[in-house]
Order: sequence, then structure tokens, then C-alpha cells
Amino acid sequence: MCLAVPMEIVGIDGFRGVARIGEVKREINLMLVPDVKLGDYVIVHAGSAISVMNGEEAKKTLDLLDEIIESESSQEDRQ
Amino acid sequence: MKYMTEFRDGRIAEKISAALAVESKNNVRIMEFCGGHTISLLKYGIPDLLPESIEMVSGPGCPVCVTSKAEIDAAIELAWRPDVMLASFGDMIRVPGTKGSLRQAKAEGADVRIVYSPDDAVRLAKENREKKVVFFAVGFETTAPVTASSVKLAESLNLDNYFLLSAHKTTPAILAALLAEEINLDGFVCPGHVTAITGTEMYGILTDAGKPCVVSGFEPLDILSSILSIVRQINRGAAETEIEYSRIVAPEGNLHARRIMEDVFRPADAVWRGLGVVPASGFKPSGDYRRFNACEEFGIEIDMDEKETKGCICDSILRGLKKPPDCKLFKTACTPEDPVGACMVSDEGTCSVYYRFHRAQRVEPEIVPA
Ligand code: SF4
Repeated sequence: MCLAVPMEIVGIDGFRGVARIGEVKREINLMLVPDVKLGDYVIVHAGSAISVMNGEEAKKTLDLLDEIIESESSQEDRQ
Repeated sequence: MKYMTEFRDGRIAEKISAALAVESKNNVRIMEFCGGHTISLLKYGIPDLLPESIEMVSGPGCPVCVTSKAEIDAAIELAWRPDVMLASFGDMIRVPGTKGSLRQAKAEGADVRIVYSPDDAVRLAKENREKKVVFFAVGFETTAPVTASSVKLAESLNLDNYFLLSAHKTTPAILAALLAEEINLDGFVCPGHVTAITGTEMYGILTDAGKPCVVSGFEPLDILSSILSIVRQINRGAAETEIEYSRIVAPEGNLHARRIMEDVFRPADAVWRGLGVVPASGFKPSGDYRRFNACEEFGIEIDMDEKETKGCICDSILRGLKKPPDCKLFKTACTPEDPVGACMVSDEGTCSVYYRFHRAQRVEPEIVPA
């Protein structure tokens, strides 16, 4: 029951919205994310969007992962 | 899928694994609190990517598993009332109480409806005005604001036949209870979606006790890099809260959702399967929303004296003291089709996850090959 998946917002009508993942579309509740915009990615849990994805933060985390690779490689070089 | 496949890159997974092998010096026990993390760990074979010095321990973060038998019994009692329609998430109906499950009650004629969301339960109330619809509300702070918003929805529709049987549980109370047990843990992979609502403040009790905390996402690289961050904190003698899952989790959480949750609910004592009564670890509709509390409407009380199921060691598993293969009933008398204890019922339950993914049964990891 704890499943929570990232979905793209493709429709907004007040507190109701439509979210999409792949080919699947689902009507969801937007009451917990009043500032959501079309095209945002949200985490959907039990029929509600609970959080809006922050694209900049996602990129930062991916950059950090790249750094891990680099620092690890340099450690290997030293050994 | 955006921001999913990027976090499954096998090349990076191997690099993190190599870094862990070099950097992890002492034997450590790290708890992943959330059942969602337990699934990801075993599904992607992450324990195989960790050096022997790191032991992962599952925690009590599966809401289905920690729902007490008494709460199941109360739901069944309500479902048998002629004026009640009981709405529940699908995986709750298989959980055994002291006298069977909601599924059995349904088969015998009680009015049990499976819903995907609390809003579906509100819809049932709207379409069945002659019935009192009781939503069996379970879950941690990820789910509690969703339930709270369904109460607001029912209020806006002027429905007087929608009620909550709240078996919600709160994370800070159980973290405190875990700490009090002296369970020999060195760090925590903290639940991403719970923290998306609550924010990180509650981890202060863990970091004050010298335990590094990293709030993690659910993809394999999220979890691996969170484990690496914990090991690095241990190495430099730090105990801080970090947010690996910053694409979803802000330090303050979702303030709007918190306000709705705090508006509808107040903390209340709750009984946990395997752990017993934990003070102020549940939520009850209160204040202006008290009339939505099914316990008050129907005058029922949840039995706080939780009884053990013979042979089942769920209680030790939920506290990170034992693992499913330590249970004599595991894979013999207890299977996902015919669960003895709650840890085998839910897809996120530790016993169920072990049953499906442990070693031989593991599915091919979806980590994208290098
Ligand atoms: S295998 Fe079954 S009986 Fe044993 S601890 Fe897990 S749920 Fe309980």
C-alpha cells in the first residue's frame, strides 16, 4: 500500500488533476500540492500527489553521483 | 522514465560498491526503516554489492505489518454492522486479526469494499447515503495527510456518513521507541516519502544519539549512495541528517500537507503489532473533526493488550533483532498466500519481501548494465 510513484501532471482542474506514467493516466487529488503546474512530476501515493519533484535538485544529485565515480577512479589510480 | 532510469545505472552502482569496499572499515549495522526500501534492497540485490562489514537490518516501517490485531478486529466488528460499509486498502484485508481477516468476513457476507484511495471511500459515502462508510485508515505520515484531505473533501460535500477508523502510526514516536531498545544500530536509511511530508526535524533524536541519518530515495543508486554517505559520516565521527532524496524531500517537508494533517488529527496512544502500546504514536480525528472518528460514532474501543501469534517472530523482525529465515514458520506454515503473521501479508512486509526476493528467488536486478 505504500507504493508511491513519480507521475507527470497532464491536467489540472482545481483540486483534481490527471497524472501520467508511461501509457497509464490516472485521476488524482492535488489538495496537498496547491502550487503544482502542468508538466511537473509529482509523487503519487494512495490517489494523491504528496510532493512535487524539484528538477534542479535531481540534477544536483546526479552530478554528485558522477563525482563519486571520479573520486573513486582517482582513488584507484593512487593504489 | 524521467529521474528513474538515471538512478539505476549499473556502472555507477559498481563504483559506489567499490568505494564502500575501500571506505567501510568497521562492522556496522544500518537500518532501513521503510518497507519500500526493503523491497528495493532485495529486488536489486543491493546486499550483494555491499562489503561484508555492512549489515542491513529492516525496520518497522511497513504500515500494514504494524497494524495491530485489535485494530483489525475493530474493523471486522464494524464491517459486520448492518448500517456500515467498511472501505479498506486491498492489502489490509488479508491481515489476520485474532478471529480471522477482513477477507474472511467479506466472504462470509460482511460489507467490505476495497478502495485504491481514501477519496474512493468518500465517493462510496456520497453514493450510499443510507450507509455509514468507514474508511480503515492505515499508514505513516505519507498516508495520513491523504486521509486528512479526504475528511476535508467529505466536509466540503456535507457528508455526515463518512468516518475514519484510524490506525495511522507516527514515525517520531517509533524512532524514540526503537532507540530506547538499545538495538545496536550504527545508522539509518530514513524513509523518503514520510520525510517528504514531515521534514527532517524528527531525526534529531537519532543524530543526538550519535546515529547518522540519510533520507533516501528508492532507486538502487539512491540507496547505495545513502549507505555510502552513512559510512562516510561514521568514518569522520559525524552524526548528521542528510537528504539524498532532495529532488522530492525539502528539509521542512510539505508544509501545506502538514497543516492539513495537523488540522484534522491529534496524536493519540496506539498499539503496534509486535511492539505493543507506544504513547502518542497514532492519529485520531479531533477538534472540529472529532465527528469523523468511527470509534466515537460507534462506541468501540481498541484493545491495547496485543496478543502474540504462536510461533511468529514478527515482533523481533519489526525491531531489527531477527530476520525471516530465523522463523521456523517461514516458507513452511507461513507464505504470502497463507500468511501467519502480518510481516508476510503486505508486499512491503519483511517476510514477504524475503520470500519473493531473497537469494534464489531474486528477480534479475533491473539495474541497467554497464
Ligand atoms: S515468517 Fe510468518 S510467522 Fe514467521 S515471523 Fe514472518 S510473518 Fe511471522
